[in-house]
Amino acid sequence: MSDAVLLDAQNIVKHYGSVEALRGASFQARAGEVTSLIGDNGAGKSTLIKCLSGAEQPTSGRILLDGKEIHLDSPTTARRLGIETVYQDLAVAPELDPAANLFLGREIHRRGILGKLGMLDKAEMRRRAVEEFKRLGVTLQSTDVPIGSLSGGQRQSVAVARSVVWASKVVFMDEPTAALGVVQRERVLDVIRKVRDQGIAVVLISHNMPEVLSVSDRIEVLRLGTRVARFKAEDTKLEDLVAAMTGALTQEEVA
Amino acid sequence: MSTTAPEIQSTVEGGFGKRSIGQRLVGANTFWIALVLVALILVFTLLRPAQFATLFTFQTLLIETSVLLVLSVGMTFVIITSGIDLSVGSVLIFSGMVCGKTMEALSDGNASNAGWGVITVGLVAAVIAGTIWGFINGFLIAVAKIPPLIVTLGTMGAALGAAYLLNNGSDVRSVPTVLNKTLGYGTSLGGVPNLVIVAVVITLIGAWLLHTTKFGRYTYAVGSNAEAARRSGIGVTRHLLKVYLLTGFLAGIAGFMSLAYYASTTITAHTNDNLNAIAATVMGGTSLFGGVGSVLGTVIGVFIPAVLKKGFNITQIPDFWQMIAVGAVLIAAVWFDQRRRRRRNSR
Repeated sequence: MSDAVLLDAQNIVKHYGSVEALRGASFQARAGEVTSLIGDNGAGKSTLIKCLSGAEQPTSGRILLDGKEIHLDSPTTARRLGIETVYQDLAVAPELDPAANLFLGREIHRRGILGKLGMLDKAEMRRRAVEEFKRLGVTLQSTDVPIGSLSGGQRQSVAVARSVVWASKVVFMDEPTAALGVVQRERVLDVIRKVRDQGIAVVLISHNMPEVLSVSDRIEVLRLGTRVARFKAEDTKLEDLVAAMTGALTQEEVA
Repeated sequence: MSTTAPEIQSTVEGGFGKRSIGQRLVGANTFWIALVLVALILVFTLLRPAQFATLFTFQTLLIETSVLLVLSVGMTFVIITSGIDLSVGSVLIFSGMVCGKTMEALSDGNASNAGWGVITVGLVAAVIAGTIWGFINGFLIAVAKIPPLIVTLGTMGAALGAAYLLNNGSDVRSVPTVLNKTLGYGTSLGGVPNLVIVAVVITLIGAWLLHTTKFGRYTYAVGSNAEAARRSGIGVTRHLLKVYLLTGFLAGIAGFMSLAYYASTTITAHTNDNLNAIAATVMGGTSLFGGVGSVLGTVIGVFIPAVLKKGFNITQIPDFWQMIAVGAVLIAAVWFDQRRRRRRNSR
């Protein structure tokens, strides 16, 4: 575990018309750690992730990456800075094969004139995809079937792989294991641990508290649009998390 | 962690096989529809070997499908993006009309004796006319986000109306004889009609574009899951616009080809071309839900109705049966596609 804060969000405020989704929420993620972001429905988790991944722009507040202030005007900007997001849904193109999905939007062109004309180097993409899947421990029966014909767990593993392969700094995962079976869930969690071990900051949103406790290094709790508590996972019990989420426990002063 | 890692790794090693060609063939819709085509040709050949399996039959068969093939290649791209283009037939007529009027204007009202210079200007005019309609379609669909069915239903009527307006509702009949003789009826390479060569070249370029380039990959991605494509940083709006531009461009070329072949703008003849192109594309295994399809499948899909019609003519079965048979094949093709999707989604 390192102590260097990689991603530092300070006093993020987000209004949707008259609705205050975030009221000065702060959040920190460290390199080589899994930080879970938990909270009850409507606490502002998804909005915060959207602001930090460039999908939405905060009304006010500062975001620092590696100590430098950044402005995320689109997910593309965030990606360029090494910040990737795994979405709960709509993450993959079901008719394309795993390699095509992995390289979607980042296709490798052939060398020379054919590449200039837009021809893709499918063999190279497939080779590198297999390499990356192996590295992350994603098992697939075949790399040339449409991803839609894979099982839910494999599909989600590919979706996770797709983001983490390209992330150099931070990966956000919004309920990556929702709707998965026990074995499949374990497989996705393994991928998450592998990513963390590469020194990337993983931010996990989950409603599954045992899962949060088993995979996280740190846990931050949101309630009503602000951070109310921070825990280190090793010395935290389930009851503490629930207490913080429901408002029975507050460590931080509301900003 | 460290103890389980090798075990995961070993299962991975065995797991990244490519399916054999046989497995992939049987899994592809295109394979089955190709079998249908081969079976049709075999049946008609066995029934009337002297008439059906002749060079002349195949020449006319190919010529008659050339124009539709060019339209259908464009349609394949559109349907793969899960769109539709009902306007291609009208745009074809409009482009032919613009081409004919341009050539007439350049030769003082009668283009029959016009040379290649005038013809080239006519071709450029046809292509521009088609591309403009493609742009209108693309802009309204991709930027204004109006459903493709409605947009192209509107431009279908509008393009035809505009074509009527250009010549007060009558055909342009003074088409350069030299164009009609070379592109329309001429042959090269020992008997291959020139019109067919043009269609084949366009089809090959279309297949190359769809199956090997980034443009093609994005076409599949947008049709498969537009939201995922957008999140991957693909400019979905721009890409859709380009796809409709391409379809309009090809409809422009098809208009020029049709003018060369019929030596007339044939205002009333192409009203069903849009549906024929859609039917051919869908029969060829391109999914109306997007993300799936191939140019090869579309080629086969274009030939099934054509072979049926020729075959029925030769065997003296009323060719109204062709319409019924094509309808049945079309519905069957979509049914198979639906079943495939349901099986997949239930996993």
